[in-house]
Amino acid sequence: MTSTVNDTGRSFAYGQAALIERSLRRRHARERRFRLMGMLAVIAAIGFVVVLFSSVLARGLPAFWQATITLDVTFDPEVVDVGPPPEQQADQSEAAFQKEMNRWRRGLALVNWNKLIEGGLRKAIGETDASKRDLIGLVASGERFRLREMVLQDPAIVGTTRQVDLLANANVDVWLKGNIDRSLPDSRQQLSGDQQDLADRLYERGIIHMAFAKSLFLNVDSRSSPASAGLAGAFVGSLYMMLIVIVLAVPIGVASAIYLEEFAPKNRLTDLIEVNINNLAAVPSIVFGLLGASVFIGWFHLPLSAPLVGGLVLTLMTLPIIIISTRSTLRALPPSIRHAALGVGASRTQMVFHHVLPLAIPGILTATIIGVAQALGETAPLLLIGMNAFVASVPGTPLDQSTALPVQIFLWQGNENRNFFEARTSAAIIVLLALMISLNALAVFMRQRIQRRW
Amino acid sequence: MHSLTVIIVLLLLMALAYRVGLTRSRHLASGARQRLHSRPVYHGTLLAIWCAIPALIVLVLWAVFGDELSRFYILAQLPADVAKQPADQLDLVVERIRQIASGFGVADTEAPYESEIAAGLRTFGTVAWLSVVALAAVAGLVATRLAWSRISPELRARNEVERVVGALLAFCSGVAILTTIGIVASLLGEAIRFFTFVSPIDFFFGTVWNPRFSTVGAGGQGDFGLLPLLWGTVLVSLIAMLVAGPIGLMAAIYMAEYAPRRVRMTAKPIVEILAGIPTIVYGFFALTIVGPFLADIGASIGLDIRATSAFTAGVVMGIMIIPFISSLSDDIITQVPRAMRDGSLGLGSTHSETIKRVVLPAALPGLVGAFLLAISRAVGETMIVVLAAGNRPVLNANPFEAVSTVTVTIVNQLTGDADFASPQSLVAFALGLTLFAMTLALNVVALYIVRKYREQYE
Repeated sequence: MTSTVNDTGRSFAYGQAALIERSLRRRHARERRFRLMGMLAVIAAIGFVVVLFSSVLARGLPAFWQATITLDVTFDPEVVDVGPPPEQQADQSEAAFQKEMNRWRRGLALVNWNKLIEGGLRKAIGETDASKRDLIGLVASGERFRLREMVLQDPAIVGTTRQVDLLANANVDVWLKGNIDRSLPDSRQQLSGDQQDLADRLYERGIIHMAFAKSLFLNVDSRSSPASAGLAGAFVGSLYMMLIVIVLAVPIGVASAIYLEEFAPKNRLTDLIEVNINNLAAVPSIVFGLLGASVFIGWFHLPLSAPLVGGLVLTLMTLPIIIISTRSTLRALPPSIRHAALGVGASRTQMVFHHVLPLAIPGILTATIIGVAQALGETAPLLLIGMNAFVASVPGTPLDQSTALPVQIFLWQGNENRNFFEARTSAAIIVLLALMISLNALAVFMRQRIQRRW
Repeated sequence: MHSLTVIIVLLLLMALAYRVGLTRSRHLASGARQRLHSRPVYHGTLLAIWCAIPALIVLVLWAVFGDELSRFYILAQLPADVAKQPADQLDLVVERIRQIASGFGVADTEAPYESEIAAGLRTFGTVAWLSVVALAAVAGLVATRLAWSRISPELRARNEVERVVGALLAFCSGVAILTTIGIVASLLGEAIRFFTFVSPIDFFFGTVWNPRFSTVGAGGQGDFGLLPLLWGTVLVSLIAMLVAGPIGLMAAIYMAEYAPRRVRMTAKPIVEILAGIPTIVYGFFALTIVGPFLADIGASIGLDIRATSAFTAGVVMGIMIIPFISSLSDDIITQVPRAMRDGSLGLGSTHSETIKRVVLPAALPGLVGAFLLAISRAVGETMIVVLAAGNRPVLNANPFEAVSTVTVTIVNQLTGDADFASPQSLVAFALGLTLFAMTLALNVVALYIVRKYREQYE
């Protein structure tokens, strides 16, 4: 009797243990699955970073080297027949001299530079029955102005022969890099059959070679001559905007953070300001663009496409970021510093400017760099204030027309010459990302090295 | 050159005023054998401030009205027959005379009256300029003198200087308010102008978006229905949240609860790189890599996915939002008190059960706030959808088709021509207002929830 009770008890306990065992196994399996899912999520996120960077690098890096033709160009005085540049006479007004000078420059512009290039090419190739058009087509069309620049800088080179590096046409670059399907019939190729042949021959003989694409950094955007399109104008435009952001957003942002954190009475108004700043930080950037279009351009009649307007818009966008992070830096400083200063008789202002602010400077710098880096990458608001205009010059002042780096990327990705500009755009993206990463790395470095932990 | 002179003069004057205040107060302190209320530095600063204010007022007035004045001078001197010309001709004459006066000259010969006025203008300019600078200097000096006579041991110079500093600081924090007012005023103002062309009912409840072009003529009014755009925005944001929500949340849970310190320290910054990449880069990535890739996958499983579609844009936007969700959620999850976890673990539940039944419910309000902020960001995102959503503003339930969103349409309507008079460009502001209202509502609710939740455990 007792044994059966024991047996049932044991079998019951055994059954329960088995039940628990089974449920435990299930629960542990669920635990492992859950954990795996988390790990997969992290891996997926990191994977996206890797894919994004590697694909941009893979497409963009080759574009930093560009097909370049090295030629001996003879500046034949019969072709370049403009005479010496005018000199200002004593009795000549500045305006009259400028007019004379402009006439000389116009003369230079009308010179048939292509003829010089053609001559150089024929000399380099030797015997060929290629047409003039095919030959000239090998060189980027904007490169002839390089020859003009050379004469403009040194009129004495007329009559001599110089070695000149000329950028090859974008289609030659695409052809040599294999970015176009070479098996396509000639009717669907950008280069004529003769040109394909010439390009391959010159490449084999080293007359066309892949040289570092200085033009990407030194030239401005170009429509007629894609191969010589560069980022210089956009870079300077971005630089102006960043300067404006730093000059305006940092003092105003830091001042208002100091006011809100150290001086402001706790009342309705300061509450409102605080909510307002938090909100501004989350307002979509394009809304700031609308503000710029309507207020700065519509009401104040500031010029379209000017870095000044762009800088102002970006300043308004960056302000909340700088205010919020400066405030958190100030809040992180221990109150004992404030108490000590006040205790020895400093006024509130003295306490802030002599003791609190110097200690907060590393944090403020970090906040500034992060804010500026974010402003550097912003595109949408700039489109609305006309910075997507095509500008073929480096802006001399913040009031001149200009684009910005991210906007230039936007413009290039829309270019019809896909085969060439896809790589060019990726290269521009690499430049932009490199700038942003170095800014952010600087911020991280400062946070770790200079900032004190309390 | 001129402005440099002014700055130097102003700085010199301020330095002088500062010096005067400093010596005067020092002298008082030693002479009267009485303690100064404020240190001499503050007396000096106060005088410099008083010197700068009137001088700056004079200079600003000149900067605003000076050009007008010289033009006025030229017009008054012109011979009667020249002065009768229409306004744009006159502008040309004025410009020529200014060129001659500046010494640059004009390319053709100068008319006698031109050279005469130019010579006069040169004198006028010099005299006016000198007198303005002199006036500014005198105003500054007078103010300094008045302030100087106030200097006494009892003068609370420090307090006055600090009041000026405080006022400057307060003004700076007002800029944020001004920005908001500017946004609301400009959006409302232009949107109301738009609503004089198109009734708000047609705008907010219209189902057809076909604005035509402003050049077509007054007859071609076009349809401005918001709903197709709103639908596109909702669809893309929804897809983005479906991608970013699970990945971001699971990544946050893993990093907050499971990951060893070293993994966390390396993985977290890498994931956050995603947040720092400019959106134009994501747009390009979506257009050239993700779009074709998804289209290929779709083709291989017999699904018709367009390369630029709501799906492409949504997936890439989701990738962009992952770090946003993961870092916010991470913060919120780590804020859940240790004791709650320990209680649950002590009762025998597994780690994942603790997370699912205890930690997440406790963190729920904060997580909702984080998700709302993420949605608001997705709604306002522009460049990815501009490049990858395909811009096809029709009501369509298929996520694999091209769509258009509110932000895309703002860009399309406002780029190219900056003519703020046609409904075709004004509609951008009505759309902007809608967008602003949506994100504002999301942000306010989210910030309220996040803040309230934070206080709960602090």
